[in-house]
Amino acid sequence: MTETILRVEDLKVWFDVKKQGAMPWVKPRKLKAVDGVSFELKAGETLGIVGESGCGKSTLARAVMQMVPVEDGHVVWLGDELVGLGTREMRRHRKEMQMIFQDPLASLNPRMTIGQIVAEPLKTHFPHLSSEEMKAKVREALETVGILPNMLNRYPHEFSGGQNQRIGIARALVVNPRLIICDEPVSALDVSIQAQVINLLMDLQKETGVALIFIAHDLSVVKHISDRVMVLYLGNVMEVAPSAELYANPQHPYTEALISAVPIPDPKLEKAKEVMLLDLDLPSPLNPPSGCVFRTRCPIAEPRCASEKPVLADKGAAHMVACHLR
Amino acid sequence: MTNIPLNPQQPKTAQMAERMTEVKGRSLWADARTRFLRNKAAMVSVFVLVFVALFAFFGQFLSPWDNETIDWNVLGNVARVGQPSLENGHYFGFDDSGRDLYNRVVQGTQISLMVGIVGSLIAVIVGTIYGAVAGFVGGRVDSAMMRFVDIAMSIPYMFVLILLLVVFGRSISMLFVGIGLIAWLDMSRIVRGQTLSIKNKEFIEAAVATGVPTFTIIRRHIVPNLLGVVVVYATLLVPQMILTESFISFLGLGVQEPLTSLGALISEGTATMSYGTLWQLFFPLGFFVITIFSFFFIGDGLRDALDPKDR
Repeated sequence: MTETILRVEDLKVWFDVKKQGAMPWVKPRKLKAVDGVSFELKAGETLGIVGESGCGKSTLARAVMQMVPVEDGHVVWLGDELVGLGTREMRRHRKEMQMIFQDPLASLNPRMTIGQIVAEPLKTHFPHLSSEEMKAKVREALETVGILPNMLNRYPHEFSGGQNQRIGIARALVVNPRLIICDEPVSALDVSIQAQVINLLMDLQKETGVALIFIAHDLSVVKHISDRVMVLYLGNVMEVAPSAELYANPQHPYTEALISAVPIPDPKLEKAKEVMLLDLDLPSPLNPPSGCVFRTRCPIAEPRCASEKPVLADKGAAHMVACHLR
Repeated sequence: MTNIPLNPQQPKTAQMAERMTEVKGRSLWADARTRFLRNKAAMVSVFVLVFVALFAFFGQFLSPWDNETIDWNVLGNVARVGQPSLENGHYFGFDDSGRDLYNRVVQGTQISLMVGIVGSLIAVIVGTIYGAVAGFVGGRVDSAMMRFVDIAMSIPYMFVLILLLVVFGRSISMLFVGIGLIAWLDMSRIVRGQTLSIKNKEFIEAAVATGVPTFTIIRRHIVPNLLGVVVVYATLLVPQMILTESFISFLGLGVQEPLTSLGALISEGTATMSYGTLWQLFFPLGFFVITIFSFFFIGDGLRDALDPKDR
C-alpha cells in the first residue's frame, strides 16, 4: 500500500503509584499501563484498538500523542522520533495528529462559541492567517461535518450530543491532519447517532486520506470501520489482524472470548450462541501475572505460559498472535 | 470538500441557511444575567448599592458644608445644639469635634468602599493567577506554591497588619498593602481547587493535544470557567474587607485623621454614646450595615445565577 506514517516500537508507559501517606523516599510501585506495544500505521489506514476497560487503550493513544510520559520505546512519526521531544518541537507535529474524545459535550469548552472552538487549532498552528481566512476555514470544516455554518456563534450546550461530536470532528479536521486518534468517539452516543458519526468518519477518510486510530470497546463498531484490529489485554498486544480475518478466524483465546460476547441482533441466533465466559476479573496492572499476562483467565493455559512471555508471531496473512499454543 | 448530506433535507436547509443571518448563541453568561435580573433581593441590593456609591462620591454636593470646618459654637456643646437638622443643612448633625457629620459619613463611606473594592481586586487578580497556575501546572510547583500560602495563612494576619501599621506609620496606602497581602490567600486556594476539577475535563485535554501553550490554556480555558466562582467570592470578599478595615479603624490603627472611614466613625460614635449623641453612632452604622447587606445579597444572587445546579 502506501507509506508508513506512524511506527510505534516497544512502547512502554509506566505510572508511578505511591501508597497513601508513603514517605518521599519510598520507591513508588510501577503501574504498567502499556507494556511493550508495537505497531505500524500506513497513510489512509484505520487501525482499530479493542480491549476491556483498563487495558491501556486510551493510555496508548495518549502516549502516541506524547500527552503522558513514556517510560521506554519509540514513536516514529513520518521518520521523526517523538519520544523525548520538547513541547516546542512537539507542537510542530501536533497539527498533523489530532484527537477526538469520548464525551462530546465535555470535550468542548462551554464558555466558547463553536466558531472559536473550531478555530483554536488554526490559531495555534497558523497564527498568521487573517480572521477572514480563519472564518472561511472554520465554516468549511463545519459544513464538512454537516453543521450549518451560520451556527458559528452558538455555544456547545445548544447542540445535541451527536452534533457536538461532529463539532469535535470539525475541530480535528480544520488543520488537515494526517492522523486522527479517536478515543471511544461513539460510546457516549446512541446507536443511530453512532452510525452517523462513524459513516461521517469513513467518508472523510475516503476524501482526505487521513489515517485513523479508532479505539472502542464495541467490537461491531470496530469491525465496521477498521482495516486492521489490534486486541489489547493488560497493556500487551494479544493479536493483530486484518479486520475480516480477525472476526472470521480469531486465534488468541482472549479474542475468541471477546468475539463470542458480541450480541447478535437476532433473538434466535443470540439464544443459540455460546458465550465463552472468562473466570476471574482483570488482574491488577500493578502486579501482572508472570509470563503470559492472560494465563490466569485462559481456558487452555499450560505450565509453560507462566514462565515464558509469548511474543507476537506472524501466522500468515498479516495475522499476528501472541500465544504459545496457537 | 463536498458536503455530505446527513439528512435528505439538508441541501435545502443549507440553502435556506445561506440566506439567513448568523444565529446568535446564548452564552452561559447571558443565561446567568437573565437569572440574576430575576432575583428580586439581589436587584434591590444593586439599586441600594448604586445609591450608596452615588452618596459616597457625589454626596458632598448636596450639602452647604464641608467635612473639615469646625463650628466653634457647637464644639463642647454637641449634645445640646449639634442634633441633625434639615433647617441648617447639617442633615446628620455634628460629630464630636464640631464638624458636619453628613460630610464625614460621605467621606467615610467613600474610603470604606475603596478599601473593600481595592482589597478584593487585589485578591481577584493575584489569587486567580496564583491559584490557576498552581493548580494547572501541578506537581512540585503546586506543592511549593500552596505550602507558601499555608505558611502565610498560619501567621496571625491581624498581628502582622497591626505591626505594619505601627512600624511604617498609619496611612491609607499602608492599609491597602496590608489588606492586599492577606486577601488573596483564600482566593488562591479556592481557585486552585476549581482549577483541579476543570483541569481533568476533556476540553483541556483537547487543547493540550492540539498543542496550545500552557499559559494560553490557563487564560483561554481555565480562567473563564472559574470566573463564576471568583466573581461570587469577590463580592462576598468586599464586605469582609470593609469589616476588616472597620475593625482596624475601631482599634484606632486604621485611617488617620483628617481622613476617616465608616469604622472610624462608628468607633467615635460608640465613644460618645453615653453623652446622648446617638446620631454619631447610628448614621455611619446605618450606611455600614446597608452596604454590607447589599454586598451579601448580591453575592448570593450571583451564586444562584452562575451555578443554577448548586442551589
